Amino acid sequence: MIEVKNITKSFEGRTVLKNISTVFENGKTNLIIGRSGSGKTVMIKNIIGLMRPDSGEILYDGRNFLAMNKHELKQLRREMGMLFQGSALFDSMTVLENVMFPLDMFSNASSAERRKRAEFCLDRVNLADAGDLFPSEISGGMMKRAAIARAIALNPQYLFCDEPNSGLDPKTSLLIDDLIHDITVEYNMTTVINTHDMNSVMNIGDNIIFIKEGVKEWQGTKSEVITSNNQALNDFIFASDLARKFKEVEEMEIKH
Amino acid sequence: MGEYVLLMKKSITFPDRWSMFFKQLIKEIYKLGVDSLWIVIIISAFIGTVIAIQISLNISSPLIPKFTIGYTTREIILLEFSSSIMCLILAGKVGSNIASEIGTMRVTEQIDAMEIMGVNSANFLILPKIIGMMVFIPVLVIFSMFVGILGGIAASYSTSTGMTPASFEFGLQFYFTQFYVWYSIIKSVVYAFIISSIASYFGYNVKGGALEVGKASTNAVVMSSVMILLADVILTHLMLT
Repeated sequence: MIEVKNITKSFEGRTVLKNISTVFENGKTNLIIGRSGSGKTVMIKNIIGLMRPDSGEILYDGRNFLAMNKHELKQLRREMGMLFQGSALFDSMTVLENVMFPLDMFSNASSAERRKRAEFCLDRVNLADAGDLFPSEISGGMMKRAAIARAIALNPQYLFCDEPNSGLDPKTSLLIDDLIHDITVEYNMTTVINTHDMNSVMNIGDNIIFIKEGVKEWQGTKSEVITSNNQALNDFIFASDLARKFKEVEEMEIKH
Repeated sequence: MGEYVLLMKKSITFPDRWSMFFKQLIKEIYKLGVDSLWIVIIISAFIGTVIAIQISLNISSPLIPKFTIGYTTREIILLEFSSSIMCLILAGKVGSNIASEIGTMRVTEQIDAMEIMGVNSANFLILPKIIGMMVFIPVLVIFSMFVGILGGIAASYSTSTGMTPASFEFGLQFYFTQFYVWYSIIKSVVYAFIISSIASYFGYNVKGGALEVGKASTNAVVMSSVMILLADVILTHLMLT
């Protein structure tokens, strides 16, 4: 479980995150949603330590992230997995070497065991045959899956995903969403996903945090999204005609 | 300057995993060093030949003995060409390679990915490049000396230059000072550090996209070249005067 308590972050006098507090629970896919520029990327970067908030606390299962020393921070980092927007696979390594990288750096298992674990992770994301290929030789969806395999290689407690569906077609997006959700439940991880993909919200949103102009505007589950009266949330989620029609149908079903 | 020192402090520490460090080191030696061998050989052979021809054409005086051509060619190659000029050329080839590689890793979040995993990215990426360059550039310099002098010997076989192979070889051995070879090697080790560390600094601190990676690459080459020339003056003063 990750607890975020009153975090505030400013850049050159402009406050991007204003006093945000929330809880991301174990075994759930926690989604941070909001318009571009709303502060969700800054929020996830503060949570994973790529940025430091001006004030507030971040607790990883009770451990104060911002008060950790170098050694404690290093230990915690080994419990984290991250899926970047552009996958961030290492160009100079094959897919298998990418998945083996965290194991090679931190695992004390034998070389054969490390390889076996990497192959298992690749198999888990249906990439068993792509191990010998380089990132430049595979598709965007395969790159995302390879990045997920790398992120789960060390059995992390916490998984972070920055816009996992960006640049993917709807069907592949759905596959990636399902994969992340299944892995979260399977390993009982605390997963935090930064997205503005509405299909993801309706598909895997166990816990949704809606951010507007740096402020937490709304929090709830995917079923609560449909019935929410929050105008800003409705304007954002149901911006398209198709989404509005979907909401109307869902609301009618609930009434009957 | 402060950022550069902090980056070097972060880079020059004991690696998290020695096995991974040595794997990277071998890769870097091959990529930055062995792959530069052909350009060193080609440039050294031609420049060695040209130096010998130029000297023979410009000191065609009956008062100056012919072996002076071999002697002067040797001194130029040993003292300046194979170390300083060759490293200026390598600053262009290797420096831009390092800056663009690390810069691209920065803008595509590959460095962030390492940091999230708890890997000291500066140490993992930069230290093998620095050590690899410091180990292999002296080898390239020795190759350059050897091939450059062979180029001069080849020129001595040309009848139009007025020198003979025998006089050229006598000049090569005349008043040979072994320390000059060491002087050149020591300079090259310092230049290797300058090229790899400055290029890494510019690459590691890229912010933005492809345009900034290009700028970082250019800045790395310019700054490394200037620092090599400055180091040349300082080292020459310290070691030869």
